[in-house]
Amino acid sequence: MKSPVKNFSMSNHGLNRRKFIQGVGATGALILTANWSWAEQAEEKKYGGDSQPGGVKHDPRIFIAIHEDGRVDITCARVEMGQGIRTSLALVVADEMEADWEQCRVIQAPGDRVIYGNQNTDGSRSMRHWFSPMRRCGATARAMLEQAAADQWQVAVSEVVAANHAVSHAKTGRSLAYGALAGTMESVSVPDSATVKLKDENDHRYIGREQTLSADGMDIVSGSATYGADVRFDNMVYAVIARPPCLGSRAESWDDSETLKVPGVIRVMAIKSAAIPTAFSPLGGVAVVAENTWAAMRGRDALKVKWSSSPNDGYESGAYRKVMEEAALKPARVLREQGDLDKAFAEADKKHQASYYLPHIAHATMEPPVATALLKGNFLEAWTPTQAPQEARSTMAAHVGMAEDKTRLNITLLGGGFGRKSKPDFLCEAAEIAVAMPGRAVRVQWTREDDLAHDYFHTVSVEYLAASFDQQGKTTGWLHRSVAPSIMTVFMESEYQADWESNMGHNNTPFAVPNQRIENATAQAHTRIGWFRSVSNIPRAFAVQSFVNELAQQSGRDHLEFYLELLAEDRVIDPLDVNDVWNHGENPELYPIDTGRLRRVIQKAAKKAGWGKKLPAGRGLGLAVHYSFVSYVAAVLEVEVAAGGRLVVHNATMAVDCGPQINPDRIRAQMEGSCVMGIGLALSGEISFRDGRAVQSNFDGYQIPRMPQAPRSLSVHLVDPGKEVELGGVGEPGLPPIAPALCNAIHAATGKRIRALPIGDQLA
Amino acid sequence: MTSLTVNGKTIDISAPDDMPLLWALRDLLGYTGTKFGCGIGLCGSCTIHLDGNPVRSCQTPVSAASGRKITTIEGIGSDPVGDAVQKSWVAEGVPQCGYCQAGQVMSATALLKSNPTPDDEAIDNYMSGNLCRCGTYNRIRTAILTASASLKEDPA
Repeated sequence: MKSPVKNFSMSNHGLNRRKFIQGVGATGALILTANWSWAEQAEEKKYGGDSQPGGVKHDPRIFIAIHEDGRVDITCARVEMGQGIRTSLALVVADEMEADWEQCRVIQAPGDRVIYGNQNTDGSRSMRHWFSPMRRCGATARAMLEQAAADQWQVAVSEVVAANHAVSHAKTGRSLAYGALAGTMESVSVPDSATVKLKDENDHRYIGREQTLSADGMDIVSGSATYGADVRFDNMVYAVIARPPCLGSRAESWDDSETLKVPGVIRVMAIKSAAIPTAFSPLGGVAVVAENTWAAMRGRDALKVKWSSSPNDGYESGAYRKVMEEAALKPARVLREQGDLDKAFAEADKKHQASYYLPHIAHATMEPPVATALLKGNFLEAWTPTQAPQEARSTMAAHVGMAEDKTRLNITLLGGGFGRKSKPDFLCEAAEIAVAMPGRAVRVQWTREDDLAHDYFHTVSVEYLAASFDQQGKTTGWLHRSVAPSIMTVFMESEYQADWESNMGHNNTPFAVPNQRIENATAQAHTRIGWFRSVSNIPRAFAVQSFVNELAQQSGRDHLEFYLELLAEDRVIDPLDVNDVWNHGENPELYPIDTGRLRRVIQKAAKKAGWGKKLPAGRGLGLAVHYSFVSYVAAVLEVEVAAGGRLVVHNATMAVDCGPQINPDRIRAQMEGSCVMGIGLALSGEISFRDGRAVQSNFDGYQIPRMPQAPRSLSVHLVDPGKEVELGGVGEPGLPPIAPALCNAIHAATGKRIRALPIGDQLA
Repeated sequence: MTSLTVNGKTIDISAPDDMPLLWALRDLLGYTGTKFGCGIGLCGSCTIHLDGNPVRSCQTPVSAASGRKITTIEGIGSDPVGDAVQKSWVAEGVPQCGYCQAGQVMSATALLKSNPTPDDEAIDNYMSGNLCRCGTYNRIRTAILTASASLKEDPA
């Protein structure tokens, strides 16, 4: 077994805040300097990790602690939710510092932007923003270890070499294991990072190597890993909350007489209601606090609450779909225009149009939201699985009216995130109750029913596409109109989508069609809308990639050949030229849209899947490819639709170009997981609303894929970009191409076109 | 007072008879490896063994577990099949977020005890009660096959 057992610890063994500040020098001076240089460089630091709140850090004293027994603690400041970042960032540090992975342990940092830099784990950014800083961090530690050994031996540092957890001096045959150099991080000054030499790529033992390492694997399979609900205290209390059933409603009154009779129930209390837009504030409602979770749940069952009416009481998914479909057929705000689309459409030999519908979907992380908080004196400490340690901490502090420096937020493993756990509403609930019950740790546990009723749902959308052909069959016109409530509605009044939503496969579709118009129609939100893994790319890829398949069929062409014609010759597109002003927060010069990379991933997937091969009746191949999170992913699915509409995915073949591959095993794992999740959302992912409430309440109504729905065979091919490129994202870009590849395969197998998800019983 | 035997250790607890074993294990006894996922027996995250058979602890009242042998994820590693499953899970890099994996390991162990050499279809059928939102199913299939092979080489 390759992977060592490592302990997951909540505390920051690396360095506490005070020690850190003392270690670096005069407190005020450091902070002033940092602020000053930040302001001075703000203008140029607008891309990448430096553009994120808190920026990036690479000081090894923040992230590395060496113990006398040789153990090396590597602090991970980003959050683990299944993407493997605790392993992947730690292996970068270990490799560059010449530490032996078996002797490394990963420590999870609490939320603290001053010490750790940006920790908010979203946007598929962790590796692309932190690979270089963590590499430099490890290399700096290696230089310090070499310096410490050279000092001890009184020899020139150029004569000593750190390798495999020890520093040696070849001339004299002396060697010091890292454990013998345990004081190095404190005793040796940190060298100028410009002088630190990174390892040659060929010498890497972990970075970019094909192996399966895991910081938490054995803890996870033996039940000792700590997730949100696994933090325990003596005298702890457990709460569940009755929340308003629809957005904008609140508890007018309640009768808790039966609740208080349930053995174990301690108290019933109101939770503050948030006004719309709620941002990350809790929805409010009534909390039942008890001696254990079961008593709290039974107490809530017995609670009678009168909810106020709300402006969203009438939200009904079927009716709202019609509103959106009508809006999709009318001209709307133009986001980008190229050529003369009206003329192209007027002169077309042939035209084709279609609308695609994607309902709300719920994240349904296997671990429902949960948080624990404890007020001791005037200090509030909390433990929660959040993707956004800093945002969560400041939101929590503000919610209970405390100064942020009177709080500490510890981060557990996340039992899934997918964007849900970027929103700390559940943490605020725990903090609010904890403040009312000083000295007692309070855990707020969401049930699955709570989770599905009160998610920040993936938006609902209609994507309308129209295209024209000339007599030669060339595509001359492209119109894409998007209708979907914006995530911005959680923070402010907004009818239109934000730039960054439009930059997710809407106005940056890189087709070489001479006449194009990209439009966005208004849409109102009637529930909380939030980021769901890959966000707006899901409906856009579903629509665009299905529509390309339709166009290929309209013109009697092979899908792959037709798609490559739309891409035309390889082009490197300045994102600004397609109004992609966001570009996933990256420098457009370093991260252009490269159609050659799109071409290569789809050709790779097609080749590996045997595109064009003869298949038995009832089987079909479908393909799709999508650019998102500055990575390029293609998928080819082979499906069989049997009698009664029973669907089997026989093979799924994915190809990904995410730039340099730091931990290939986890890149594959993310693609595999995205594939299964994508099949699931296509088959059965739907939250529908009636009377303003989510209809589906548990895994009977909201079905996520089970093992038989996973592909019989699933292969992921890592595509070398073939040139020097920057790192791309991994956690999200695998998802968008799956649903359209599946639906295109269904069409190939049966002739049935799916334009509305989920597929549900449409094949029956 | 109810008497429970968990991983070979007998403990008295004070709980209402209808409290699901899940909450007794987690809240009263501190066996937090067993996870809460849905509360209605649909996701398998709370799978434990009762007298060697896999059951959903969220659907098992403590009264039904009294006097019987309860095995949780914390104790399954001392069983040779459980140990093989845990090791193959890590070697194949199965877990992503890992939250469902305790339940997956408990189900897979029960599968290999009743059918030491399952084929893909047998695996799919047996494991279809365990949800994984990260979508690790393909690696779970592989890990079950490698555990099966390792047990064949080195019988438990």
